[in-house]
Amino acid sequence: MSLMSATFFILAAITLVGACAAMMLRGLVHCALAVAIAFAGLGTLYLNLGAQFLGLAQLLVYVGAIAVLIVFVILLTRGGDSDSPPLSRAALPITGLLVAACIFAVLAWAVFHSFAVHSAVPLAAPATVRELGTVLMADYVLPLEVIGLMLTAALIGAAIIAMREKQATQ
Amino acid sequence: MTPLAGCLLVSSMLFAVGLAGALTRRNTILVLVGIELMLNAANLNFVAFWRFGPHNGASTGMIFGIFSIGVAAAEAAVGLALILAVYRHTKTTDLSQLTGRPQ
Amino acid sequence: MASTVWIVRYLWLIPALPILAAGVGALLKQSQRRLAATIAIASMSLSFVLAVVAFGHLLLGPARLFVNFPWMQFGTEWVKLGWVLDPLAAVMLVMVTFVGLLIFIYSVAYMHHDENFTRFFCFLSLFAGAMLGLLIANSLLLLFMCWEVVGLTSYLLIGFWYERPAAAAAAKKAFITTRIGDLGLLLGMVWLYGQTGTLLFYDHGSGCLEHTALSLLATQTIGFGMAASTGIALLIFCGAVGKSGQLPLHVWLPDAMEGPTPVSALIHAATMVAAGVYLVARVYPLMSASSSASPGGALQVVAWVGAVTAIFAALVAVAQDDIKRILAYSTVSQLGYMMMGLGVGGVAVGVFHLIAHAFFKALLFLGAGSVIHGLMGEQDIREMGGIRKWMPVTFATYAVGTLALCGFPLFFSGFWSKDAILHAAYGWNVSRVPFYLGAIGALLTAFYMTRQVCYVFFGTKRRDPALEPIEPSEAGASDPLEAAHESPAAMTTPLVLLAVFAILLGFLGTPAWPWLQAFLDMRHAGLDFAQLAEDGLIPLMLASSLLVFAGLGLGWWVYGRRPIQRAANADALEQLQPSLFHALRKGLFIDELYAVTILRLAWWIACIANWLDRWVWSGIPLAVSALTKSLGWIDFSLDRWVVNKGFDEGCNGVADGARLLARFQDGRIQNYLRLLAAAVAALAFYLLLGHKG
Repeated sequence: MSLMSATFFILAAITLVGACAAMMLRGLVHCALAVAIAFAGLGTLYLNLGAQFLGLAQLLVYVGAIAVLIVFVILLTRGGDSDSPPLSRAALPITGLLVAACIFAVLAWAVFHSFAVHSAVPLAAPATVRELGTVLMADYVLPLEVIGLMLTAALIGAAIIAMREKQATQ
Repeated sequence: MTPLAGCLLVSSMLFAVGLAGALTRRNTILVLVGIELMLNAANLNFVAFWRFGPHNGASTGMIFGIFSIGVAAAEAAVGLALILAVYRHTKTTDLSQLTGRPQ
Repeated sequence: MASTVWIVRYLWLIPALPILAAGVGALLKQSQRRLAATIAIASMSLSFVLAVVAFGHLLLGPARLFVNFPWMQFGTEWVKLGWVLDPLAAVMLVMVTFVGLLIFIYSVAYMHHDENFTRFFCFLSLFAGAMLGLLIANSLLLLFMCWEVVGLTSYLLIGFWYERPAAAAAAKKAFITTRIGDLGLLLGMVWLYGQTGTLLFYDHGSGCLEHTALSLLATQTIGFGMAASTGIALLIFCGAVGKSGQLPLHVWLPDAMEGPTPVSALIHAATMVAAGVYLVARVYPLMSASSSASPGGALQVVAWVGAVTAIFAALVAVAQDDIKRILAYSTVSQLGYMMMGLGVGGVAVGVFHLIAHAFFKALLFLGAGSVIHGLMGEQDIREMGGIRKWMPVTFATYAVGTLALCGFPLFFSGFWSKDAILHAAYGWNVSRVPFYLGAIGALLTAFYMTRQVCYVFFGTKRRDPALEPIEPSEAGASDPLEAAHESPAAMTTPLVLLAVFAILLGFLGTPAWPWLQAFLDMRHAGLDFAQLAEDGLIPLMLASSLLVFAGLGLGWWVYGRRPIQRAANADALEQLQPSLFHALRKGLFIDELYAVTILRLAWWIACIANWLDRWVWSGIPLAVSALTKSLGWIDFSLDRWVVNKGFDEGCNGVADGARLLARFQDGRIQNYLRLLAAAVAALAFYLLLGHKG
């Protein structure tokens, strides 16, 4: 339990509280802010676990870009249904919660019955940026290129989808 | 309770919360937020196994996490663009009104 | 012998021409009156000319000429028909065509106001054709066929005004009553054919009236010691009884007066009812074929029936009030005389009276028609009176006819013909009762005719048609508002002609010059006044003349002395004997007797047959139909409640199931996601379960 330090608990708590808040709050912007907190909590958790690059990347990308994007879109789609009940009307929300609880139960059960509970704590492995770069360029160069392409495609696609259709609506 | 188990539990909880939100919230954007949380939970799993898992030393977990973040970003962008386009067409982001059937 | 003489070969034209006229007349429209009448009278005139030619041919050399032809084959046998020209047929032909022609001409004026003029002449022509065919038939089968057509046309003509229920009922009664007689005729015919193998009368020795056949029949005996010939003859006589209105089957003749007066004159006085007498005359050899067991054959029955009928009808005629009914009963009575004459004296005696009667009865009927026409439909003699003043021609001819019927001595044909009958009856070796019956009948005849004449022509004028027009009940009515007048020439000319013949014909049969008797026997007769002196003839003539004068005088004394003042006054005889008079008026209740016995029996049999037909014979079809209906009902119910309902329920179930399943596809993404997640959870649980630990 040594590494299960208080920091871990606090950070995990922040993340989870942020996530719960994001899923339960009424106002959309509040949800966006809560999810940003959750992302940030996760980032610091990565840092805590020794994955510096990933932690910072998480903070940069998720909190800096995705959360902001979410806020943008929320603001762009205002004037809709901000005062409607937050929970879905289609079926009982209890079904969704129940399903999620089932998933959690299965996962927790898997965790508790797996080796993870019994194994020792190994040493931390260094994961410097230099090593990451080497591995990226050597072993995972193909995925790297592909992800570059994918990001380009996503950029162009998103731009096209979100573009206003000037002629069609007139 | 090993640290690994703790991390896994946290990620499971995060995943469940994200799933619950995605399944129950009416706003499309918040469904997307739930999806992002699920992705993040998976990322946490990767990092936990990288740190505490048997194949210690390999940076596979980290790399996977990096790529996952990249993909999640791209997917969030496209998804939000879609939500914008649907909003422009139907003037609503309410999922219960976007069933594709005449109400 | 089969003759090569052209008139005999073309003898069939005589009936064929009127039948052709009837056929053409049936196709004409009701508005083509002139054409219909012209065709009918022309055909009848042509037939008359041909009949005179045939008669003339026979005058030169009396013989029996016939033509036979095979008609129908069944198996190896042929049924043959044919026609015959002998003195009997020739005389009848001339009489029927002449009287028929006169009545046709009379009908043109009488039926002038009727709207069914064309139909009337069509039926009249058909009747004339059938009657003439009956006269020349050489085969009992052909005779029977014509007999039936004559009966049919009688029905059609009696019921000519079919809208009147009385006329329709009378037509039906006539047809059914004569049918009963015809049944006997048919049975006799079948029996005859069975015994002799032929129905031809004369066929070079093999005909059924020729020697071979007759001797065969006379020697065969059936039960009661009766010869076959007698049995057959009696059955044939049944037909004559029906057609000629002899006693048990006479009931239709008085009712037949519902028909128009020309019909009554032609059919029910002169010709059709004489067909029965003619039949007996034609098969006389059969009738008289005697054996040791039954001498005189069936003729005894004929004579008795005739005598009883004669007296019965004369009694009833005394009490009648309708001018035509008196004449109808008189006809029945005279037919009885004819039958009696045939029975006691032979063919010549009966046929002489037949011919004389035809003329004066037709005259009387046409005269009655003239009276009815002049009074615009009145037929009750109590309502008539004083007509001789304004219908002189009618009165004169009617008087001639009456005197002829009564048998007024010396100048009138009725005297000579009736005398011949009485003379033969006096000398009948079986019994003298028919003679007495006939004598009383002659007295009664004179009495009732005088009564009628007094009521109709003498006395005060009880009805003035110009003052009180009534509803015309017969078509013979003239325009209601004309003054009382004599009938038109088309009606009075035939009357005059008939009156002339009523007088002249007598001279054909006097004992001094028995021309007709000789002609019928195919020999020549000479004028021989010495004949008058033989056989008690002159005392008989004196006695019968006394009877006639007595009857006339009695009638005048009761009815003619004081002119009858009012119609409502009772008849003088009625005042004397009201119940007897009433019974006589009702025809001695024979109609009522028949209604209670035979008609009721027939009604019950019909009811039973109806019940049988409805419930027993129809039982099977009814049961089958009920079964089918119930099967159909079961099928329907099954179909509706089981099959359809089941199908509906099934479909509803499927629809509900589909509706349930459709909720999985309602387009709500989050529901899909939930399902997905639940499925993943289940799958993961299952997989992890296997890898536990």
